Amino acid sequence: MVKEKRNIVTPGETIVSGNEFLPGDGAYRDGEDIVAGQYGIAIVAEKHVRVVPVSGAYYPKRGNSIIGTIVDITFNGWLIDFGGAQNAFLPVSEVPMYVNKNEMREFLDFGESVIVKVWDVKSRGVDLSMKMRGFGKIEGGMIISVGPNKVPRIIGKEGSMVKLIKGATGCDVTVGQNGKVWISGKDANMEVATKKIVEFIADNAVTMGLTGMVEKFIKDMGLKVAATEAKE
Amino acid sequence: MAKNIYTKRDDGRKMTEVRPMTAKVGIVPSADGSASFETGKTKAIAVVRGPRTLHPQHMQNAKTGILRVNYGMMPFSVEDRIRPGPNRRSEEISKVTEWALNSVVDLTGFPNTVVDVFIQIPQADAGTRVAGINAAAMALAHAGLPMKQMVSAIGVGKIDQTLVVDLDKFEDSEFHDGEGSTDIPIVLTSRTKEIALLQLDGKISVDEFKEVIEMGKVACDDILKVQMEALKNGGKDE
Amino acid sequence: MEGKMSKFIMPNLQKEAIENLLNKEGKRLDGRNADEYRELFVEDGISKNSASAIRVRFGKTEVLAGVHLALATPYPDSPDQGTFMTSAEMHPMASQQFDIGRPGINAIELARVIDRGIRESGFIDMKKLCIKEGEKVYQVFVDIVAINDDGNLLDVAGLAAIIALGKARMPIYNEKEDKIDGYSETERIPLEKDVLSYSMTLHKVGDKIVADVSKEEEEISKFRLTIAMGDNAGKPRITAMQKGKAGTINTEDMETILKLAESKWTEMFPKVKEHVFG
Repeated sequence: MVKEKRNIVTPGETIVSGNEFLPGDGAYRDGEDIVAGQYGIAIVAEKHVRVVPVSGAYYPKRGNSIIGTIVDITFNGWLIDFGGAQNAFLPVSEVPMYVNKNEMREFLDFGESVIVKVWDVKSRGVDLSMKMRGFGKIEGGMIISVGPNKVPRIIGKEGSMVKLIKGATGCDVTVGQNGKVWISGKDANMEVATKKIVEFIADNAVTMGLTGMVEKFIKDMGLKVAATEAKE
Repeated sequence: MAKNIYTKRDDGRKMTEVRPMTAKVGIVPSADGSASFETGKTKAIAVVRGPRTLHPQHMQNAKTGILRVNYGMMPFSVEDRIRPGPNRRSEEISKVTEWALNSVVDLTGFPNTVVDVFIQIPQADAGTRVAGINAAAMALAHAGLPMKQMVSAIGVGKIDQTLVVDLDKFEDSEFHDGEGSTDIPIVLTSRTKEIALLQLDGKISVDEFKEVIEMGKVACDDILKVQMEALKNGGKDE
Repeated sequence: MEGKMSKFIMPNLQKEAIENLLNKEGKRLDGRNADEYRELFVEDGISKNSASAIRVRFGKTEVLAGVHLALATPYPDSPDQGTFMTSAEMHPMASQQFDIGRPGINAIELARVIDRGIRESGFIDMKKLCIKEGEKVYQVFVDIVAINDDGNLLDVAGLAAIIALGKARMPIYNEKEDKIDGYSETERIPLEKDVLSYSMTLHKVGDKIVADVSKEEEEISKFRLTIAMGDNAGKPRITAMQKGKAGTINTEDMETILKLAESKWTEMFPKVKEHVFG
């Protein structure tokens, strides 16, 4: 069993001491000490120490699924805003069908939204792909921004939180690792209810016992919690 | 040598005592990081936006992101209204603040981008640049940026012949008797205890100056505790 | 500063979601009704160094506003009256859309609308701010600084300006040295309480007229109309208006707007008065 110890650390703070520990993301070694190199939750898993941010902007990583919007179209692809430092580029060769370069707007037009995969992160920008299953244009529903650091709590363990919400409101909740959440259902009022639940989770993301709180929040809204059990 | 006349502080504090401090993070929801820091009646807020692509392009650096600090006092922060917008004083403070913060922030992971730090002073009672730096360090941490350590800032001063920390407005600008007032803003890194900012205007002996640094270290330890406490509480409220 | 303004990116589906919910249900994405305001929060005592300084929030939209009085020479055409100036800073701290440097057109318009509203209504009793006719008067500054923009800065800033004036203390004039020695603890600046007016900005979003817009609603609205109303024997009376954005107002919209403005004014004005003079 992996033993986890969670606590919020600040830059320069010693997390653990001992040569047996190894610094991971957000941590560094200073003599015997493993020190926080950023603000966040320190996670000591066995001998591996890392710091997971709890706030701040989104930094794209290879393999992330993100939700974005078309802001420009070039001769060979689409520029996509995902709320990060740079724009991202989706080349015409990385969409799942052949698109004629004269008909790019028919495939993806200005202001349309997509769920895409981060293919590569370079100093000049981010390259995207839409070729795999589960990626593509998204239509209907609404997008809300909760910030990248709340994403794990909104998804829940093995998607349990998303299932809990779907059970209560009937809406699909698709979470981009860039902190944008696409909510889509048949009933607009239920979409609004879903938005409230997602925002509640984001507001209480560092709280222990979140599932119980969310279930209560759903019941207080007059909705039913389906029998599926959510895990934290 | 004349007798030292400043043997008691105007507000009754001990010579090494920092005014009551409060600090908070997450005060501006639309920002990537934000914090407030108050000491006595001096209030500072700091907001971080970025990293974001830097325009115009010729200012970009392909090796690293750039830290850009903008310090300003709100028009109503002092008795004589300050016109909004930059002036020589605010530009200089912005620059020395930028150097101090740059010593601990690592933006090499974000080439061609800029991280903006906005510091604003709603109410001033001396020590606004150091309060601003204390808030800015918290806001940068709150923005989740890579930082090897924190910085904490304090004004140490010599009032006539007495060394004090955290000067208020009377000590900083209204006391002119005896040897007058010398103000020494100091910024120290939290882990290595190195000096990240130092300014001095006035008259002071080398031995006294050494003591000033020691007093600054003690005060910065107190300030760091307040900064850390606020960060550790951050995200729980609001 | 040269600098490209970051665009506010609104996905098409989001615009449709906002408009559809308004058109079909009369509701907004945050659950509010079309005419519903966010919760108002006012905090006094932000700076003790000025005549007043306050914080005002509607939801997450926040501004600070402060009042200063300084000694000045009167204008030749009004030798027995104080003078007045409003400035507004849409500080880049408040939104990634705001730039550093000279105030943009939005900040200028905002300051001018607020300035006119206060000046034209005669809210400040300028004659009582004369120290010596033709020579010395008080100049009143209202300074507004945006802290966080989550929509409807116009109304929050306008409200902040009148509350800051309401709380502003009278300076203590030191005649011998011809300077101001701080502010009185008890005496407030002279205001014509009866002409207080309160302004509301209504936007057309989708087919509906919406009050206290969110950032997203503000972005997609077709037009906005700011209406300032004062009290005329218990009934609202229009004192100032400003239409913004390119969309045009038809007869039906205007009727809706006036009806909404009247009912909202009746609901909000007593609260506003309490904040200004309380």
